Amino acid sequence: MSAMQKPPCVEVRDLSKRFGGVQALADASVRFAPGRVHALLGENGAGKSTLVKCVMGYYRADSGAILVDDVEHEIRSPQQSRALGLGMVYQHFTLVSQMSVAENLVLGRAQIPATIDWKAEHRALSEFMRAMPFRLDPSQPVASLAAGEKQKLEILKQLYLGRRFLVLDEPTSVLTPDEADQVLSEMRRLAESGMLTVVLITHKFREVMRFAQDVTMMRGGRILATTEVAWTTVDELAQRMFGQAAITTAARQASAPAAAETTPCAGAYCEVRDLSALGDRGTLAVVDTSFTVRGGEIVAIAGVSGNGQKQLVEVLAGQREAVRGSVVIAGRPYRCTRAEMQRYGVYLLTEEPLANDCVRSLSVMANLALRRYDRPPIAWRGWLRRRVLRRFAEELIARYRIRTSSPLARIDSLSGGNVQRTVLARELSEDVRLLILQNPCFGLDAAAAAEIRGRIANARDRGVAVLLVSEDLDEVLELADRIAVMSGGCIVHEVGRAHADRYELGRHMTRTSEAEAA
Amino acid sequence: MTDAHGIGWLGIVLAIVGGALRVSTPYLYVSLGEVLTEKSGRVNLGLEGVLLMGAMSGFAAGSLTGSPWLGVLAAGVAGGLLGLLHAAICNLPHVNDIAVGIALFLFGMGLAFYLGKPFIAPRAAMLPALPFGFWSSEPAVRAALEISPLFLIGIVLAIVLRWALANTRWGLLLRMAGESADAARALGYSVNTIRTLATMCGGFLGGIGGAFLSLYYPGNWNEALSSGQGLMAIALVIFARWNPLRCLYASLLFGGASALGPALQTVGITAGYYLWSAAPYVLTLALLIYSSSTRHTLAGAPSELSISR
Repeated sequence: MSAMQKPPCVEVRDLSKRFGGVQALADASVRFAPGRVHALLGENGAGKSTLVKCVMGYYRADSGAILVDDVEHEIRSPQQSRALGLGMVYQHFTLVSQMSVAENLVLGRAQIPATIDWKAEHRALSEFMRAMPFRLDPSQPVASLAAGEKQKLEILKQLYLGRRFLVLDEPTSVLTPDEADQVLSEMRRLAESGMLTVVLITHKFREVMRFAQDVTMMRGGRILATTEVAWTTVDELAQRMFGQAAITTAARQASAPAAAETTPCAGAYCEVRDLSALGDRGTLAVVDTSFTVRGGEIVAIAGVSGNGQKQLVEVLAGQREAVRGSVVIAGRPYRCTRAEMQRYGVYLLTEEPLANDCVRSLSVMANLALRRYDRPPIAWRGWLRRRVLRRFAEELIARYRIRTSSPLARIDSLSGGNVQRTVLARELSEDVRLLILQNPCFGLDAAAAAEIRGRIANARDRGVAVLLVSEDLDEVLELADRIAVMSGGCIVHEVGRAHADRYELGRHMTRTSEAEAA
Repeated sequence: MTDAHGIGWLGIVLAIVGGALRVSTPYLYVSLGEVLTEKSGRVNLGLEGVLLMGAMSGFAAGSLTGSPWLGVLAAGVAGGLLGLLHAAICNLPHVNDIAVGIALFLFGMGLAFYLGKPFIAPRAAMLPALPFGFWSSEPAVRAALEISPLFLIGIVLAIVLRWALANTRWGLLLRMAGESADAARALGYSVNTIRTLATMCGGFLGGIGGAFLSLYYPGNWNEALSSGQGLMAIALVIFARWNPLRCLYASLLFGGASALGPALQTVGITAGYYLWSAAPYVLTLALLIYSSSTRHTLAGAPSELSISR
């Protein structure tokens, strides 16, 4: 870990990679200069991850060359890239949460001693941490770390293992703005001191402008341009990346909240009173939570993942029992029966819709009909009218542009974004009066996300009460009329959209870090 | 008669303690084997079959070679091979380890009965017992404190395993495979290899547990030998929360419960003998109900286990 050692310079030349019929990467050439923060900017499917995974040895490029310090290397496995000092920090943590910080760090080593002298290891780790930008207690169990600390541990792990070329894959998707700023500015500082080369995979312009020195834009597997950040602007980047799409998103963003103010609806449609629920490990995950949602407004619950949002939505969906408290809809107690859902027009999209909102082995058509198959016109005296059902499904597939080979294709043959659309098509039906959404745009590309957000805003304008549970602060700020912050299972902060500030919300998100590791 | 009265209730306690020391050994080996397997992220429900195969091969090898210790080794190898079979099938994609385990249970049982037919009559050389009761003139005390070396090895094994899981390279890798297969893969380890080795070691231990049955106590080979001890040991692992030391205590508890019927019989209480003999099964049920909950997953369960996902 000497500071003398120079970080490696990595360059790719004419790299191509094809998966079946998809050209994931086409003739990509880029040079990551040592000691700099280089952003790879692009939407989902732009080829950023493919490019990096070829360099890291997870995929083998079909053609092209990878050069490390101007020497061509054929990188056939992750082990080889590690030996060259290249490291990757994943979007999904690769930490073992039931083990301690120290155990996780030692496990990452190429040579683990046959028997481990923990006293000596702890001493060495404390020594190592002292020289690092962020510090963690080696004996702390990973399960008790907040998301930001886990991200830091992933980075520490790479540094501990002596990797000087670090790829950060969407590192801030699970962090609050403060945590993100802290982590990224430390990375920038380490790069500037000549210790590291950093590649930052992101789709957030803000991060590129603030923390990167170079930026490479990608779309459809191709590199559009590489430029120094200092010589460009957000508008220029956006123009190059999306062309028209970026502009329409911005326009709708401006108009949506204005529309809401014209349709105020008196009285709370949905009221959650002192709700408490247990997590999977038997500890309280939702603690005495109360809030209301009125018709014609979007109430957002923001927070870092794992602070009880999942359990809250499960209680509202009838998938988890509450230990205390009640849910009142239209003035009456609500017990999540099918009859009540139909009477009060309660519809919802939960996290991981394929697992939680769909029947995997059924067709797209059947999944679209799950809410209505037992009512006319699809049902007739206890019989299913296949032809009506088929027409109903085809209409929704067309209206929501669900990409499926046929209405009869199994739902799990669809891509994640199309499963999301299928569930939204089902849940955003005419008689919806309360819409509960959890991370509705997770994993969608910018155009699809903008479309779905448009539909949500539309529902609100029709007078629907919308509860939006989201980890994406940009989405919350774009859509919500009121914002509540959930942390440690409690609503710790509530504010109207007009007075909401990104950084202040972020600070409330981390107020209690006693989150259950679900 | 006066003699039995003279020792009275103390006699029951002695008999239970003696029984616990004797009967607990197979529970201990099977549960330690299952801890190893489950810590790596797989459940091997086939250990009952492994236990029977171990008992049969141990007895067969013991009577053919005349050396009970070679019998123990043969039992371990037979168990290890069955473990390898389980692991090899589970390494295939989309295979459910529970179903494979049940198949292995039936396979091991059937194979042991089939191959073991010629060995039902003869007696093999038994494992020696260590007379820890030498200081006492009371025959009941002497009988209770006759301890098998396998039991002592089992105690050492439990302590070593506990230490090794926390302080050695393979302990860490094993736990990582059981807690997060993704993490193990990201670090370049083969989860299947780790699990295969763990299941084989688990099978080896289960086989030794079987050898104890046929070569020490009760010390013969018949088809009703294990009476479900291999299955109960798996339940015991849940109760012990995947901790080898707690497996030791839980095994003693189960051993004591198994000895309840015979112990009462020694002091002349014969009423409800079969009911008392059912004590370990009742205990298994009670403990499983006690340690389960509809509200939360089991504390300490390795995250990759199919039962905790």
